[in-house]
Amino acid sequence: MEGNLLAIERLVMKDEQPLTVPAGGYWLGILPKGRIIRLTDAHGNQAVDTLFFDADNFAERYSAMQTIQGQRALYVTTGTVLRSELGRPLGEIIEDTCGRHDTLGGACAAESNTVRYALEKKTMHSCRDSWLLALNTQFADLQLKKSDLSHNINFFMNVPVTPEGQLTFEDGVSGAGKYVEILAHVNLAILISNCPQLNNPCNGYNPTPIQVEMRLQ
Amino acid sequence: MITEYSETLPGGRHWSMTIRRGVILELTDLSGGSNVAMLIYNAENTTERLNLPDSLKCQHTFKITKGNCLYTDMGRILCSVIDDEAGWHDATSGTCTKALLDTKPWSKENYQEALNSYVRNGQDSFLIELGKHGLGQRDLVANMNWFSRVDADAQGRLTLGPPYASGTSVQLRFEMDSIVVFHTCPHPFNDLPKYPETEVQMSLRLADAVSDDDYCRNLCSENGRGFTNTELYYFGR
Repeated sequence: MEGNLLAIERLVMKDEQPLTVPAGGYWLGILPKGRIIRLTDAHGNQAVDTLFFDADNFAERYSAMQTIQGQRALYVTTGTVLRSELGRPLGEIIEDTCGRHDTLGGACAAESNTVRYALEKKTMHSCRDSWLLALNTQFADLQLKKSDLSHNINFFMNVPVTPEGQLTFEDGVSGAGKYVEILAHVNLAILISNCPQLNNPCNGYNPTPIQVEMRLQ
Repeated sequence: MITEYSETLPGGRHWSMTIRRGVILELTDLSGGSNVAMLIYNAENTTERLNLPDSLKCQHTFKITKGNCLYTDMGRILCSVIDDEAGWHDATSGTCTKALLDTKPWSKENYQEALNSYVRNGQDSFLIELGKHGLGQRDLVANMNWFSRVDADAQGRLTLGPPYASGTSVQLRFEMDSIVVFHTCPHPFNDLPKYPETEVQMSLRLADAVSDDDYCRNLCSENGRGFTNTELYYFGR
């Protein structure tokens, strides 16, 4: 990634001032190894679709499946090690006042909205549109493509599995001020889409801003 | 021109093939206890690929079985499960890496020592086959694990179910021209003391046209729209 050092440098988080990501917006920053990021559901019931990469090698990225496999459990919470596609720890959840986050449901997209809701829903804003805009504009120098957008974590989202093997989308585990803290085991690039979905209860039908804040260990 | 084809694959091996829309791939677990891990890509644009999170959420399911469709990230259907004797296939546990295999009580012999019976890991198996199609590490996504049932309890803890009986089969009808990448390495949660010696049969035959009352198309209204999206992609062809 030597050619991208300048690009990387400008993305490193530098102060501890909380910043706000509005609903429907995106954010990408690099949390230095050993530092902690706090994501706060400022107003409650807001899904935060998040991808992680090793900032020194973006080809090594968060893998929902390796993370699930490593803990033999579906839900992301305190103690969950965020693993890369190769099984390497990228970071760890060290604090979680929400209690449960989803990594099965993926991110909303215009195309999946056509399947899930109605063919004419393709014109509604979506997480994958936010990410693609981020990759093709502000962060184009990172040379990331659609293939780099793999399966994400949905912080503050609740997707329980029934004993019969059904997947349900439920409201209600998060609330205003709930937060999650992640310790970086590598220089951790974090790409967030603050979910704009209006068609299901994941945002309480009212998408709201979140706060992002770097903390000292 | 052949219109039917069948071959067998021992456990712990990998392969890939292009399968056209309108072709049925029938997988049969000849030995019982098999696992077939699979990734699927649109053959004419491999940036479009299997997206299991999208597939699960649009059908409100955690397991894959008869009637379910496997979707791409573009809202289209790669294949549909037209018949299934197993009832529950895993779509969330991923595949075994070399590091995971090192924790299993199975042979650690390398090729020099074990020759062709050396134990392969699932991720390397995928990467070899992906490489044949110009794909690599950045193209690894969530894979299917056919013939492996994984249950989740209320806390989300996962358990691998007992093996299915020998002769159990599942039939996939392809709805898009697909690059299908697969291996027969054990499921990552397989903790058997002895490496599972398994065998899978893979058969191809031609499907009938998808009818309006097709079981998969009508499983849920979402699948109806998925078929419409897929037919639109092939409009005029």
